[in-house]
Amino acid sequence: MSVPLSAYLVFALLLFCIGLYGALTKRNTVIVLICIELMLNAVNVNLVAFSKYGVNPGITGQVFSLFTITVAAAEAAVGLAILIALYRNRKTIHIDEVDSMKR
Amino acid sequence: MSGQYIAFFVLALIALGGGIFMLNLNKVVHMVVALVFTFVSIAGIYVLLSAEFVAAVQVLIYSGAITIIMLFGIMLTRHQDDGQSTGSPLRKAFALLGTVAFGAVMYIGIRTLDFGSEAVGLHDKNTEQIGIAIYSKYVIPFELASVLLLVALIGAVILAKKDDKEAGE
Repeated sequence: MSVPLSAYLVFALLLFCIGLYGALTKRNTVIVLICIELMLNAVNVNLVAFSKYGVNPGITGQVFSLFTITVAAAEAAVGLAILIALYRNRKTIHIDEVDSMKR
Repeated sequence: MSGQYIAFFVLALIALGGGIFMLNLNKVVHMVVALVFTFVSIAGIYVLLSAEFVAAVQVLIYSGAITIIMLFGIMLTRHQDDGQSTGSPLRKAFALLGTVAFGAVMYIGIRTLDFGSEAVGLHDKNTEQIGIAIYSKYVIPFELASVLLLVALIGAVILAKKDDKEAGE
């Protein structure tokens, strides 16, 4: 008897909710970025779970999750570069002080 | 209760505990270290789902590379003041409400989802299967991924390097 699909999905949902709440409430931009990584990771869990227990089980879900991991790594690198450029110009990494388009 | 259940519950508990710690800790570096636990136990979940290669990639990329690059980001910027969110409690309450509402709706949707089918043989020669799939069916996305990584590399260097005009002034 193996763990049912819905257990993995609920686990991924909880991880996604933790990441979403952190991304919405944290002030430090690095933490917001890493919360987005956590949300992407929860989606990867879903992909791999469906590759084992989905309608058409097969290796495809794992290949998809590998591509997602690649895109997430590229996104983290570019996000960090933007963050460092922002810090050099504005001397802040607090996300609520980056509001020059609101003024 | 089989061993698979026990492993799943332990790994899920560690992963969610790392996430909760990340939300509640005060120092930014501690938050990142708490998330390392989450990433490593997600790799364990991948092993349970017979995806050994993805588990190894997860350990390499997430708990290795992305954690280190985020620590670099923290060290290169000002991190003395804590990462505590001091926004208005109303905004926090709205964020919590929205997240809980989203979680509840999704939970109702996936609570009893079960397709009744289970893949067999994903775990034997897992890396070979992934390699055959990538190089026979997904060649073009694979090449596009390499182009994307190159673009991200060059773009990150250009974004983060010092502006010559500003340095001259």
